[in-house]
Amino acid sequence: MILARFLGPRVIVLVAVLLAAAVLVPAATLALPASSPFHIPAYLVPLIGKYVCYALLALALDLVWGYVGILSLGHGAFFALGGYAMGMYLMRQIGSRGVYGNPILPDFMVFLNWKELPWYWTGFGEFWFAAIMVVLVPGLLAFVFGFFAFRSRVTGVYLSIITQAMTYALLLAFFRNDMGFGGNNGLTDFKDILGFPIQAETTRAGLFAASCVALALGVLVVGAITRSKLGKLMVAVRDAESRTRFIGWRPEYVKLFAFTVSAVMAGIAGALYVPQVGIINPGEFAPVNSIEIVIWAAVGGRGTLLGPVIGALLVNYGKSVFTGLAPEYWLFVLGGLFVLVTLFLPRGIVGTIDHGWSALRERRRAARAEKGESMGEGGVSSQAAE
Amino acid sequence: MMTMDQGAAPQTEGGEFVVSPHPYATQLRTERLAREAALGSRRETLLYLNGVNKTFDGFKAINNLSLVLERGEMRAIIGPNGAGKTTMMDIITGKTRPDAGEVYFRGEVDLTKHDEPAIASMGIGRKFQKPTVFESHTVEDNLALSLSGSRSVLTALLHKKSAADAGKIDEILATTRLTDKRKRLASGLSHGQKQWLEIGMLLAQDPELLLVDEPVAGMTDAETEETARLLRDIAQKHSVIVVEHDMHFVRELGVKVTCLHEGSVLSEGSIDHVSRDPRVIEVYLGR
Repeated sequence: MILARFLGPRVIVLVAVLLAAAVLVPAATLALPASSPFHIPAYLVPLIGKYVCYALLALALDLVWGYVGILSLGHGAFFALGGYAMGMYLMRQIGSRGVYGNPILPDFMVFLNWKELPWYWTGFGEFWFAAIMVVLVPGLLAFVFGFFAFRSRVTGVYLSIITQAMTYALLLAFFRNDMGFGGNNGLTDFKDILGFPIQAETTRAGLFAASCVALALGVLVVGAITRSKLGKLMVAVRDAESRTRFIGWRPEYVKLFAFTVSAVMAGIAGALYVPQVGIINPGEFAPVNSIEIVIWAAVGGRGTLLGPVIGALLVNYGKSVFTGLAPEYWLFVLGGLFVLVTLFLPRGIVGTIDHGWSALRERRRAARAEKGESMGEGGVSSQAAE
Repeated sequence: MMTMDQGAAPQTEGGEFVVSPHPYATQLRTERLAREAALGSRRETLLYLNGVNKTFDGFKAINNLSLVLERGEMRAIIGPNGAGKTTMMDIITGKTRPDAGEVYFRGEVDLTKHDEPAIASMGIGRKFQKPTVFESHTVEDNLALSLSGSRSVLTALLHKKSAADAGKIDEILATTRLTDKRKRLASGLSHGQKQWLEIGMLLAQDPELLLVDEPVAGMTDAETEETARLLRDIAQKHSVIVVEHDMHFVRELGVKVTCLHEGSVLSEGSIDHVSRDPRVIEVYLGR
């Protein structure tokens, strides 16, 4: 009850829906016969699971863009780094089942004539270690990057450009074979995760449920942060940064906090994404991907909790449908969508609905206050009751 | 006189004990006296600017400016556009570093060595020329974010509202006459109300010194009068520097006036003294 009041009804409903999906979707695909109208075909589960990971990524971006006003055009990098950390664990699980049958080295290293595992692959045979790296690597990169960028008071377009440069630099680095991350091909051909065969329907159902739970936790975390005093401070930094500085706050630390938390969330999203799509390659670092995340958040409504989740699900569903019909036109549709949303729906879907709703309420309140004034005390007491 | 070989036992002189000063105590006293001597004329001042210079691309914004504000004083600063009023505020609040000169707060803190948040936390609040409030927050939240206290990010994350905070907010809302607007978004306030809210945010920081830049620009006559009342109210407990163009308003404040021109002090004294000064009339009032 207290939790509900602190987080607001919308967060609670969203979390409840996600937890229900975590149970019902796997049940509908595994337990229901194919003839049932509620049966979900097995191939759809990892597809929807992928959307859920994208939703978590969009939510992560919303924390920095929607609430602190940092337009990161490099969030795909944190997603990809989380994905690579998970991919390295999955590669080590292949063992001697690879094409070359080397029990230690992944195929691409055998192909490159490498004799032993590079030092930075140490530990990735263990799930717990990979799980820590999923959080630590994106978090640390964001912390160091943010520390220097925010301390130097790099803001606005300049910050967006250097985040874009960051992800592009990582793209180029990960393309190189001698980096030891599989180069152009990336990491793929996974077999097991935690001992379960990765292609099995039950494993995929489990991964789907994990993604839903991760998104639910993400919603709770972002909800709690944005409702706290720190959350109000974030919005204050977004709207009037110099004012926060002149009342004694250090906006660079507020930004650093949000940026780091956001990068960690993006990393987790990437780690859940990779086993469901079965591959991670340097393409995930492409600047275009990061821009796509921005579009999801913009379509759904930035600065709202629900918006980026809905935006990511809708746009990606649209992408799946459209690329089935006319794949070569998808990028035009995406670009057009961004232009249209910016011009006609600057608050996004959820933001527009919210705004219309609160304007209506304000008008009603004003009308009531007018009526109340003519009745004397009535208006005051009705306002107090609110 | 005492000598060391008489031992540590206290001596009586006319029935009174004379305690030998410990050598360390003597040293401390000497150091304190030296420090106070070094503080010199700025010892008792709240704000002390001496020989401050600042040049932007060859333009001398501040030219050998010296200004002293006593503790508890309210001062009005006037001067034509480009006289260096805003740059002076930027220097005091740490936004701009002077090329040369001394800037001291409470006689001892060198403000040129600190940045904006540090200076704000020391107790210098600043109101901008254009009202700057957090538009998407309620009036109440604007004040809550400004309340003095910890400025740590993690403390803010775990912050719980306290009764003491609520009491302070109530008090400030009453002072700034915004009590019935407390739940309203700041974006919905009138221009004058935003100015008052910003002054309220300064009060919430509980600063020793308030720098107020053109508080009545764009206000109606009634609002101007109300603002003068508010500032006089505030000046009872705080030191205030008001930069203003509106001579009527400055007269209403009834405080010492400094007229700046081309980055230095042109004239200083009562409003009557300053407004009769022929140099002031020539560069400012006469135009």
